[in-house]
Amino acid sequence: MKCSIIKYCFLLFITCLFTNEYGYATTIYVGKNKAYAQIKKALAASKNGDTIMVTSGLYKEGNIIIDKSVVLLGENYPILDGELKHEILSIKSSNVSINGFRIQNSGRTTMSDPGGIKIYDAKNVTIEKNILINNYFGIYLQYAVNCVIKNNVISASQKEENRSGNGVHCWKSDSLQVIGNKIEGHRDGIYFEFVTHSVIWRNIAKYNLRYGLHFMFSHNNAYITNYFKNNGAGVAVMFTKKVTMMNNTFEENWGDAAYGVLFKELSDCYLSGNRFIRNTTGIFLDGSNRIKAERNLFLNNGWGMRLQANCMDNLIAHNDFIGNTFDVTTNGSLTLNEFYQNYWDKYEGYDLDKDKVGDVPYHPLSLYAVIVEKNPPAMLLYRSFMISLLDKSEKILPSLTPENFIDNKPRMSPYNL
Amino acid sequence: MIRILKYVALDILKNKIIIAYAIMLALFSWSSFGLEDNASKGLLTVLNIVLLTVPLMSILFATIYIYNSGEFIELLVSHPVKRSKIWKALFTGLSVSMIAAYVIGAGIPLLIFTNWDIALMMIAVGSLLSVIFVALAFLSSIITRDKAKGIGTSIMLWLYFALLFDGLVLFLFFQFADYPIEKVIVFLSALSPIDLSRILILLRLDVSAMLGYTGAVFKNSFGSDWGLVVSFLLLSLWILLPFYISLRKFRKKDL
Repeated sequence: MKCSIIKYCFLLFITCLFTNEYGYATTIYVGKNKAYAQIKKALAASKNGDTIMVTSGLYKEGNIIIDKSVVLLGENYPILDGELKHEILSIKSSNVSINGFRIQNSGRTTMSDPGGIKIYDAKNVTIEKNILINNYFGIYLQYAVNCVIKNNVISASQKEENRSGNGVHCWKSDSLQVIGNKIEGHRDGIYFEFVTHSVIWRNIAKYNLRYGLHFMFSHNNAYITNYFKNNGAGVAVMFTKKVTMMNNTFEENWGDAAYGVLFKELSDCYLSGNRFIRNTTGIFLDGSNRIKAERNLFLNNGWGMRLQANCMDNLIAHNDFIGNTFDVTTNGSLTLNEFYQNYWDKYEGYDLDKDKVGDVPYHPLSLYAVIVEKNPPAMLLYRSFMISLLDKSEKILPSLTPENFIDNKPRMSPYNL
Repeated sequence: MIRILKYVALDILKNKIIIAYAIMLALFSWSSFGLEDNASKGLLTVLNIVLLTVPLMSILFATIYIYNSGEFIELLVSHPVKRSKIWKALFTGLSVSMIAAYVIGAGIPLLIFTNWDIALMMIAVGSLLSVIFVALAFLSSIITRDKAKGIGTSIMLWLYFALLFDGLVLFLFFQFADYPIEKVIVFLSALSPIDLSRILILLRLDVSAMLGYTGAVFKNSFGSDWGLVVSFLLLSLWILLPFYISLRKFRKKDL
């Protein structure tokens, strides 16, 4: 017993010995009438583990490079201004935290892609509760691992795509958490390329010039409870495996090339509880395989779902299709996907045995949808009486629409999603 | 002319069919706005009604009315009144009453349930359609003295514009799918007042985003302010041309 106490005392001593560098971490104050007037000077004087407390005021210091593991805390949102010339915060060290700043007017050159906050090759960086206004890129991460981007408000107001960067831009990163950010008016709200094992939760991306969310080659990510509204071209995601999307809302993406979600070459994905409301196209699947979509709501879209014939082994089950002009359409006669127990508001069948499942299979593909897919100009005949007649007769005797494009067990009542 | 117009208008009102027509339209519109949970869906239903029933009612009622007032016309001709005045008065009387019925029946719910620019567009287009088909009725009833033939012609005209024309357009789409026919189609659709009206209204709605490239071509040609003027001019031409031909025939006709 006595022996072990001595052992512990020894251990404690050793620990103190090796960690005393952190033990003496200090807080450095920056601002008027404080120890330092400039953040750069405070950074130069700081050491790993220090906290730099910046009081409110306007700081025009050009490019601030953070190459130590420090916590940068803003009090009452001090303003860091890049004067449209500089990248504002460059984080080149791991274990950095940036909290409570207002970061504005970064430079805008396409050569170096300056950002309001840019993380270079770092781990464990936290960027929280900042306001980013009128920057080229908002928050830019490259080779970042295990970083948290949380509760930031990011907005820009450029009119043209080529003069604007992305709100949250991540490249070759891993294990990120992008949570609770609001992104408006950038080119893409959230942009991922080669980003893996990350979670994107509770973000709001609206009125962005191009896409609300845009990712490529970003495997094993989860997108949960995000809200994408009225972005120039909606949301487009490509060339990715194992994506989970749950409880997201995709709303009001109107335009010829705007999609609630565009899935290009995605596979092994799971979509559940998403809401597609008032989009020209709710979800567009192109070359996408083994996707399971269940309990999603497709409400008042032009096309609820466009499932190209190059998609296979997708399961579309237990969804609500309500008030769409066309529920589903495809561009060929080959169908290798399954529809199961969806609710279709255009279903006119009956349920004699009262098991809440219609007794007659439902063909969700209307003749007019097929005609329009083959012949887009035919959309000009939309709402023509002739078209309604053709549709009705096709419903009774299908001849042009693919035979196996069918929901064998359509639900009688909606799921209230 | 004003006095003849008054006689005609009173006569049509006494007929009560116009009133029934207004009530029918009102029932249709109120119920479709009431049943659909969102106004734009209701609007599309009303659009269908307007594009089908308004032309049918206008052309049939006007044709039959002209045939029935043959004796009245003969009586007027024996008086010192210009023939063209009689014909114009008849035309104005019928047009005004059709428009009134439409505006009261469908216009009021439109103004209440949808936003103003769409409602006004629908009212303008519906009124123009009423007058266009009254004009066509005048043409078909002056061509032949035979009542059955005249009414038959009217029904044929309605069928052609409401149904057959779209079928032909669809056929053309398929036949020339490999060619850039958008501009031709835009030109073609101007050849049917019903199609032109339908597209004019569709361009005002949300669904315009679904019209794709052709829609964009259409929007460029007819959606701009100038385009709007052009399309209304085209619709007016659909009134003036048939009526003018019928007027010339009526002047020279041996009653």
